[in-house]
Amino acid sequence: MSGLTSIGFIAADVTAPGSGSFDALIPLPVVLPLLAAGLSVVFAHFRNVQRVISVVVLLGLVANNIILLTLVDEGTGDAAGGIAVSQAGGWVAPLGISLVVDRLAAMMLLVSSLMLLSVLVYAIGQHAEERRFASFHPVYLVLAGGVSASFITGDLFNLFVAFEMMLVSSYVLLTLGGRAGQVRSGMSYVVISLIASTFFITALALLYSATGTVNMAELAERMPELSSGVRVGFSLLLIAVFGIKAGIFPLFFWLPDSYPTAPNAVTAIFAGLLTKVGVYAIIRTQLLLFPPDAQQGTLLLVVAGCTMLVGVLGALSHDDLQRILSFHIVSHIGYMIMGLALFTLAGIAGAVFYVIHHIVVKTALFLVAGLVELKAGSDRLSRVGGLVRSAPMIAILFALPALSIAGIPPFSGFVAKFALVSAGIEAQQWGIVVVSLTVSLLTMYVMGRIWSNVFWGTPEDGEIADRLEPGVTKVPILMTASTVVVVGLSVALLVFAGPLYDLAERAAADLLNPQGYIDAVLGSHSEAGG
Amino acid sequence: MSVLLAFAAAMLFGTGTWLLLQRRLSRIIVGVGLIGHGSNILLLTSGGGRGLPPIIGSADPTDFADPLPQALALTSIVITFGVTAFLFAVGFRSWKLTNDDIVEDDVEDRYIARRAAGAEVVEGEAAERERAIEEDRA
Repeated sequence: MSGLTSIGFIAADVTAPGSGSFDALIPLPVVLPLLAAGLSVVFAHFRNVQRVISVVVLLGLVANNIILLTLVDEGTGDAAGGIAVSQAGGWVAPLGISLVVDRLAAMMLLVSSLMLLSVLVYAIGQHAEERRFASFHPVYLVLAGGVSASFITGDLFNLFVAFEMMLVSSYVLLTLGGRAGQVRSGMSYVVISLIASTFFITALALLYSATGTVNMAELAERMPELSSGVRVGFSLLLIAVFGIKAGIFPLFFWLPDSYPTAPNAVTAIFAGLLTKVGVYAIIRTQLLLFPPDAQQGTLLLVVAGCTMLVGVLGALSHDDLQRILSFHIVSHIGYMIMGLALFTLAGIAGAVFYVIHHIVVKTALFLVAGLVELKAGSDRLSRVGGLVRSAPMIAILFALPALSIAGIPPFSGFVAKFALVSAGIEAQQWGIVVVSLTVSLLTMYVMGRIWSNVFWGTPEDGEIADRLEPGVTKVPILMTASTVVVVGLSVALLVFAGPLYDLAERAAADLLNPQGYIDAVLGSHSEAGG
Repeated sequence: MSVLLAFAAAMLFGTGTWLLLQRRLSRIIVGVGLIGHGSNILLLTSGGGRGLPPIIGSADPTDFADPLPQALALTSIVITFGVTAFLFAVGFRSWKLTNDDIVEDDVEDRYIARRAAGAEVVEGEAAERERAIEEDRA
């Protein structure tokens, strides 16, 4: 008997300190960047202080998110079952705002913080908007907070607030500088996003009047009480709301227009993260809130196929590197939606893996595109050429993620596509399998076209002056360094593809079993309230 | 009461949508604002009818008004307000740059469309496009 209690004590000793600090770690990805943003405003006239604040905070976030991911994945202590919950302000679950970190959220947090940090370093090295505007750092940090908040919130209204945090800072970053092109495309971006937000509010109002709650776990519990038509309606409404942000067909048109006008670093972070936040929200809400009969498998499959095709065809028709890559984002969102639309374990695991892979690889490609523009003086395929001779480093940096995104065998893009296609075959959805394979070939063609125009061949009008500052002959070292890091991460995805895919599969298993999420959130009444 | 509010929300959504489809920036901004108001009213009505102030101990909790939608509506009003102000700032900037508040076409799209229609882009046209884009960038 005494032995048993002593074992109990030991166990308590082991878990208590961990779980105590653990609870405090969950809100940090949101709280830290927001506090730092405030501090950054105070030091508006000291750019170096601002830089130190941002870099330190984002480094801290990366560390924090690594701890969160390992703890959640181990599934011990408070994170039993792979889900850690923190009730903001200590309010009982359905009353307060729950912050929930499960495996998917933890993975997204970690990858996004890594990208935010790398792109920030790139922006510092670029000496462009970051140097000219005191508002860059605070706004960037708010963006970081908003992105993190969207991943960890367990409350649908809070998700709206997180989206707004993220979007409002993205409006500012997109139009930073106020050039004519930025203002034109920024305007349509803001209006489209605002309409999506308004739809979101409308959906929230209808959901609240139907169920009396905006807590996602409680919503999931009450959703089966609604009639099936109402459920399907909500499901479609939420797909439309998040689909605008994710850029799925036919709601993608704003994306290739607005992203390329932003400063390079900003485009890279938008391309890497913002659309994926939309995809994350679609995955989360479809799997958590709606029982299988309200899930829109067929519709999502059709949408996924169209998204892939339209995106890749758009990428084929354009001449501007940034635009090609932007259209390309749309195409790849289709793959993620395809994985979700299968509603099988393999499909969702594939989608999760694809999201992670795409965030890293796409960010890498945009960072390289920035280097190309800087070095070659233009990002038009028809004007630049021969970079493989004049800048072999950039050529290598482009080749690795490009091969990966085209799905060439050893790279992570191949693993991701293979997972999705085999999931599609398993589910016997032949149509989407054919479309995804075709699009995959076209993707290879797009990347080949970029390669042969930019890196091989000769420039159309002879030499164009590069866009480096006067007196500078080389691309700034920080830009190259952070691009190398992101490209290195994309290669690391290939090395760790096995463990990562297993992790994605565990995350998918969690997602397919919403009861675990519901119990983790609503079952923690006594701890939080007491 | 509720019917009146529902009617008001419908009107706001309707006129807002109509204004959004216009080509003038100022009208679009007003349209966005109206749709925002419509959704806020919808949010407000989602909590059910009127009731007593929800202060614990002041009355029977079943007679209380639902305070949550009001809090949500307030949050959303603040956000809509902030973003509308930003939109006006961008609109003003656009007006200062172009002396007009017509929403412009996408230069790149125009180029692609022309190339698709005419099969080849004439030298002058290519130069003109380049100029337009450079102006855009400058």
